[in-house]
Amino acid sequence: MYEKTKGSKAVKGILIGIALLFVIVMLVLPLVTVICEAFKSGIEVFWQAVSDDYTIKAILLTVEATLFAVLFNTVFGIFAAWSITKFRFKGKKILTTLIDLPVTVSPVIAGLIFVLTFGRQSPIYPLLSELGIKIIFAVPGIILATVFVTFPFISRELIPVLESEGTDEEEAAALMGAKGTTIFRKITFPHIKWAFLYGVVLCAARAMGEFGAVSVISGHLRGKTNTLPLHIEILFNEFKYVPAFAVSSILVLMAIAILIIRSVVEYKGKKDA
Amino acid sequence: MMIQAKKSKKAKRVIPGFGLSLGVTITLLSLVVLIPLAALVIYTAQLSPSEFWETITSERVLASYKVSFITAFIASLINAVMGVILAWVLVRYDFPGKRILDGMIELPFALPTAVAGIALTSLTADTGVIGGFFAKFGISIAYTKVGITIALVFVGIPFVTRAVQPVLEKIDPVYEEAAGVMGASRSRIFRKIIFPEILPSVLTGFGLAFGRCLGEYGSVVFIAGNKPFETEITPLIIMSKLQEYDYKSATAIALVMLAASFLILFLVNMVQHRNTKILKGGR
Repeated sequence: MYEKTKGSKAVKGILIGIALLFVIVMLVLPLVTVICEAFKSGIEVFWQAVSDDYTIKAILLTVEATLFAVLFNTVFGIFAAWSITKFRFKGKKILTTLIDLPVTVSPVIAGLIFVLTFGRQSPIYPLLSELGIKIIFAVPGIILATVFVTFPFISRELIPVLESEGTDEEEAAALMGAKGTTIFRKITFPHIKWAFLYGVVLCAARAMGEFGAVSVISGHLRGKTNTLPLHIEILFNEFKYVPAFAVSSILVLMAIAILIIRSVVEYKGKKDA
Repeated sequence: MMIQAKKSKKAKRVIPGFGLSLGVTITLLSLVVLIPLAALVIYTAQLSPSEFWETITSERVLASYKVSFITAFIASLINAVMGVILAWVLVRYDFPGKRILDGMIELPFALPTAVAGIALTSLTADTGVIGGFFAKFGISIAYTKVGITIALVFVGIPFVTRAVQPVLEKIDPVYEEAAGVMGASRSRIFRKIIFPEILPSVLTGFGLAFGRCLGEYGSVVFIAGNKPFETEITPLIIMSKLQEYDYKSATAIALVMLAASFLILFLVNMVQHRNTKILKGGR
């Protein structure tokens, strides 16, 4: 670096100051608020809100939707990353753009398209109701919406890593007669291990917190189709602020855990590389 | 000839699993993304053009476009400036707590939007810590456009920072040193050497943040107050149309929003193309 002058030290101080102030006001303060408000009326009220029947049911549903989203997108992510990075074919660019589509779509619209596909006015609705399948205002709809909004999260992390690895190692293994699954397990997966974990973490975070899309599709049936974020909305709109923040604090803890896992994964990934 | 060309292409695919992996990819993509999105277009096609036009240009809807656009634009602008400062501080300086700061940037991705929404609302309401301070001067934050903008700033923080960081890491300090030795001032070095290099990444981050902010619902709905013509954003109008089972209007407005976000995605991709060139061709 070029010579450090007094001026450059002042600039450094000011810039760090601005950055810290911004992060503290915009990011740290909201977290502190949630925790403070949650314990405002004492630990008993907090515990009551957290161990409430509806809260427990909301937690279970949120976990269910998150698990489905992670599983589905893992399968999709691995197949998509494999086909996109290991082969050359026409229309690859269109395919990658289409995979990225769900992140650019507003969550409300994400919910809406499933209502239109499976709802009362849809051409397949009579068939579904005859078979007794409920998708809209029911758990399958919530899972579908969650899968949609997190759709590219895992493939997006895998593709750049695999792209930079190239195909030489896999080609060599294939020429020596290794099977596809062996190649994947022994050669490809060790490279993408950390990127994959990172993708899973991002996917889980978004799936747990999805609000707009799920809100459109859930119908807000308490104890049946309420995920944690929807449960928080109901409590807040009923002016039950302390319970709302108490339930929120669960999600704050999860968010902090996710950030920590993220940093660890990133650090390990860099060390391996 | 054609058959031969095809054969030679196939012969190049030594690695197994092309058909299977592409098949699974396209099937899942169609089921989850393409067919539902097509349902939106098919459903809109059932509206008559005049009906469609009337819905998307009704006064209340037009007002919501304005609110959404202005707040998202200002929020992304703030994030562009703060994102460059954050990226600069994280790449160029060393200070205690730097790794925690770096990790915190991602919080808006990890924290559910509804939680962010209620936390920011209670902070900026007239009874809150920040809101109370400004209320003394007669300024309200929550339930105004300022409140919406703050929620959107929160949502958009990581985009610009994460776009600019890798580019800043790549810039070779040799050029800055040379310019410094030749007597260029720091602001001149920033303007002439660093800024042109990071500009595409700033624009990319700005575009991504802007796109996200336009469609944002969870964090805004609590803080906005949702007064028609004043603090009603477009996603909220779609939501209320849906609750009235007015699927036609909801779909028409959704299509307008979808078109806007595709346009943004397209522009971002164009800029990003230049950005990858800078990232890869730096050396």
